[in-house]
Amino acid sequence: MQIAIVREVIDAGSITAALKAGADGAVCVFDGIVRDNTRGRRTLYLDYEAYEEMALNQMRNLAEEALAKFGVRDIAVVHRLGRLYVGESSVLIAVASAHRGAAFDACRWLIDTLKKTVPIWKKEQFEDGAVWADGEPFPEEIVRG
Amino acid sequence: MQVRVLYFGVLKELFACPSEDIEVETGCSVGELRKVFHGRMPERAWKSMAIAVNQEYAGDEVLLHDGDEVALLPPVSGGGPGDAPNPREKISLLPPGTV
Repeated sequence: MQIAIVREVIDAGSITAALKAGADGAVCVFDGIVRDNTRGRRTLYLDYEAYEEMALNQMRNLAEEALAKFGVRDIAVVHRLGRLYVGESSVLIAVASAHRGAAFDACRWLIDTLKKTVPIWKKEQFEDGAVWADGEPFPEEIVRG
Repeated sequence: MQVRVLYFGVLKELFACPSEDIEVETGCSVGELRKVFHGRMPERAWKSMAIAVNQEYAGDEVLLHDGDEVALLPPVSGGGPGDAPNPREKISLLPPGTV
């Protein structure tokens, strides 16, 4: 598993290449990139910050859960922090598996769950102001235990 | 006893500092600490935040100990730009033969 929080450009090609092994029939990659607008409002850049130690632990736990849940062979989850401009990758998730179905399913589950549970936040800088992005509500079991 | 409270995202800006040491009564629970912050932030932020103790999500029943690191976490928004509502959820697959 490669689990990391970085401040430099995420190199999708080398992360994906390093993940592949002979037993794999598929590598499914999710590359989350900065879009140029939110609901039509023009975005200049996003500032990402994290509760870093907890975020890394959560990412590691999610990857381990995905390995067990979907039976995939290996996973990379890399999230970038700091200022990111339009078109740059904020997160890369790559899942290697013998078969594509499990790889797709694990990849989708990982990004959906990461977005709800990993303590990372972003502030969106628009042409005409800045706001902290509205996160999705926490799953009920997290908020009330 | 004392706990260190960390603020993130919009809360760090609201309190204009990343963390504070706060004196609480021995045996204080996460839920009781949550109440301490009621009124110190917008109601919507208060209702939507999660709390982590020593880097693990903690429910209101969890008891705090001297020196604990307690983080107040606004809803998280990592991963990529804010998403439009997932269109897949609006698709209903009609059984064959249905018009």
